Amino acid sequence: MYDKGKILAGIALFLVLVLFPVWYGAAQGGPGRPPDLVVGTDAESCVRDTETMRISHMDLLDEWRNRVVRDGVRRDEVSGREMSLTRTCLDCHADREGFCTKCHDYAGVDPDCWDCHNLPEGAGHER
Amino acid sequence: MKALVSLVFVLLLVAIAWIGSEAGGEVVFGVVLPYAAFLVFLVGFTWKIVKWARAPVPFRIPTTSGQQKSLPWIRQARFDNPATGLQVVGRMALEVLLFRSLFQNTKAEMRTEKGRGPRLVFGGDKSLWIVSLIFHWTFLVILIRHLRFFLDPVPGWLLTLGNLDAFFQVSVPALYITDVLVVLALGILLLRRFTNSQVRAISLVSDYFPLLLLLGVVISGIVVRYFAKTDVVGVKELGANLLTLRLSVPAGIGAQAYVHLFLVCTLLAYFPFSKLMHAGGVFLSPTRNLANNNRMVRHINPWNRPVAYHRFEDWEKEFAKEIEDAGYELERD
Repeated sequence: MYDKGKILAGIALFLVLVLFPVWYGAAQGGPGRPPDLVVGTDAESCVRDTETMRISHMDLLDEWRNRVVRDGVRRDEVSGREMSLTRTCLDCHADREGFCTKCHDYAGVDPDCWDCHNLPEGAGHER
Repeated sequence: MKALVSLVFVLLLVAIAWIGSEAGGEVVFGVVLPYAAFLVFLVGFTWKIVKWARAPVPFRIPTTSGQQKSLPWIRQARFDNPATGLQVVGRMALEVLLFRSLFQNTKAEMRTEKGRGPRLVFGGDKSLWIVSLIFHWTFLVILIRHLRFFLDPVPGWLLTLGNLDAFFQVSVPALYITDVLVVLALGILLLRRFTNSQVRAISLVSDYFPLLLLLGVVISGIVVRYFAKTDVVGVKELGANLLTLRLSVPAGIGAQAYVHLFLVCTLLAYFPFSKLMHAGGVFLSPTRNLANNNRMVRHINPWNRPVAYHRFEDWEKEFAKEIEDAGYELERD
């Protein structure tokens, strides 16, 4: 084999790069389990069923934003609640860090909700 | 026809994954096939490289597309005709990262203008270069972005990459620029095979199938992200399971995600045995990765048989007496 050293080094580099998640996992103590979220409520149901909320809450928030800001409608027909991130969602899920952020961090999602929305002050989120 | 056969293949793969995962084959599509495909990819890729590397390269055969190193006042084309290892590294880097040889692509075309007969026009053609470059770089970014399903905690630079990719903040979840570009680029590369009659004539199933498979991967990925969303946390849990050899599949990952995963598995397993191996092959191209030092370094063919030389010195020694007797001088004196 000509240029044996260079070729073996290339193959080694390839394997190291391709298996990067394995090394990273080993260095960080292994990829963890999905986080336990602080739901913050004992209520039976959310404004939609749990499966829908888990998968497409961002669609719902987007839709709510458009309904409120563009159409001036403030009440959600399905749940009867106000369409508000800080007043409805955070009313139950009061622990933003333990609910929103924890899960977003785990999934590597970096939404820009809080670029504009202010977190209501106080643990109880006074209205 | 060849394109149609390839399309049927890809649609068949989609159907297999869809029906299979719905019919309770989650473990097959979520664990068994990903492992098998990744193993085939790793072993196949390495085996191909080793196989190519074993070919002897006794002589330097680079394409010399510029002035070679010559007299000091003649300017050498360093990247088109490298003479040293460092210049080869430069040439290879430009080739691998910027597709320099494709940049020099040319095109011949018959043109008919009013008042003149048909003329053969010959000129540069950058379209293939720019589309290929866009495809390869966007595909790399997409590949790196997917690390978020395997890295825990997700490193900051990965989030930054995703945020840059979603720079325009269109729609929720944010539209990635690379998602648009990769579909466009693959579409153009596919259309090129249909519309350019010369390219069409030499296109085979092994040309259409990788393109359509890649399109399938990309489109199914886009569907999973923007339209028929899946449980991202479940997907990440599956990623962690795969990394730590936990052989279980979390519930709640829909068939659409398994279709995407199965197409990726097909791509991985198919990779080492297809034209896609140019990813590794480009590094082993003797017309690119060799320095043109044929006139500076002596290259000896390793399989030359030993030749029984009879040198002048030996001949002189053999007939020294006769030469001296004849009154000639010996060279060695």
